[in-house]
Amino acid sequence: MEAREVLRYMIRFVLLVLAQVVVFNHMRLGGYINPYVYVLFVLLLPIDVNGWFLLLSAFVLGLTVDMFMDSAGMHAAATVFMAFCRPAVIRLISVKSDFEPGTVPGIASQGLTWVVTYALLLILLHHIPLFFLEVFRLSGFWSTLSRILLSSLASFAFVLLGFFFMGKPARG
Amino acid sequence: MRNLFNFIARNYFFFAFLALEVVAILLIAQNHQHQRSFFLHSGNAVAGFFYRRVDAVTSYLDLQQVNEQLARENALLMEQLPPAFLDPGLQEPVIHQDSLQERRYAYLPARVINNSVIRRSNYLTIDKGSRHGIEPDMGVITPYGVVGIVKNVSERFATVISLLHHESRISVRLKEQEHIGSLIWEGGDYRRATMEYIPSHVALQRGDTILTSGFSRIFPKDVFIGTIADFEIRRGENFFTAGVDLALDFNRLGQVQVVTDLMGAEQDALEALNDN
Repeated sequence: MEAREVLRYMIRFVLLVLAQVVVFNHMRLGGYINPYVYVLFVLLLPIDVNGWFLLLSAFVLGLTVDMFMDSAGMHAAATVFMAFCRPAVIRLISVKSDFEPGTVPGIASQGLTWVVTYALLLILLHHIPLFFLEVFRLSGFWSTLSRILLSSLASFAFVLLGFFFMGKPARG
Repeated sequence: MRNLFNFIARNYFFFAFLALEVVAILLIAQNHQHQRSFFLHSGNAVAGFFYRRVDAVTSYLDLQQVNEQLARENALLMEQLPPAFLDPGLQEPVIHQDSLQERRYAYLPARVINNSVIRRSNYLTIDKGSRHGIEPDMGVITPYGVVGIVKNVSERFATVISLLHHESRISVRLKEQEHIGSLIWEGGDYRRATMEYIPSHVALQRGDTILTSGFSRIFPKDVFIGTIADFEIRRGENFFTAGVDLALDFNRLGQVQVVTDLMGAEQDALEALNDN
């Protein structure tokens, strides 16, 4: 991957972590829901991204958020799990399985429906381990499940906004 | 052997995922044992420095509110000056024992630079550390309520276990009825806590005031906690469990006071003799 792309990903990484830690961590929707938008970084990686890069960047991303939120490896664990499921999810929801090398998931290239399904599924796959790890028990299962669903919806709303902003491929 | 390596190489994605996931879970497990995970501790210089800068900007938005709160704190503190402590029994010109006026608790103001209220285990970070004299197990309060207990301390920062923690337990007292109970937090709403073990013969009323009992040396006596919202006797128990409306809004914590027990060492040394 060329230097310019690496730089772009690094900037995106920093921006998303900052946005999460400075803005989104202070939103208390409905009193207790916290949107997690940093996952957008993993969602925006090219479809044919190298497996190592996918997993490692997800791990580092989660670990960085953990460092700010004092949550040990919880976000790292959830984000790596989501990254692991990403290729399977993409295969599942794509009608055609041949993408041009280097395509990035986006509304312009795959269409709104695809992006919505993609984002929703992966966000759920991220939030489910995250919330269950945080609670670390199976009692109160349904209340945890409702928290997961509501948080996922909130994260999804902001992530979708993020997709709209990514817009044309020509944007830096 | 080579077949094994080939197998792993072909399925590297899965094994890499497994390896990273195990590392992440190990990190979680370590933290749950309260070991010092220095790297992930938010008292760490990087995160602490960063939060300080962000706080410097956002604190300007709170200035008016902080001023009003400081004015109220001043009023409360002024009420604690010597005239309020005059013992009506000592009207005669006897020699005042200095021990009646000795200060037991000292307060160190600090700012909250990181906080959470939505988890089962909530912690906050303050901008004072060991170089300011903060030590683990010191209490943290505001005039409107107990905030928590200091957990870990680095040179410039400290983390505090919030009252909003599923293992938190504070010794409290009903102001009117004077009975002692325990204050815990059962999760969910950050504006509500629960007081347990109130004997069933106590005449409770909605709105009754709850204060710290002073039985634990971590918190001074009579710190205002909140008021009773509702109460019930749970099935199979002999005492009231009351819901408490907390006076302190944990979501808007700004200035707090760290409590130093100046006579703690002396009392500890004395009580240690009990078992001899």
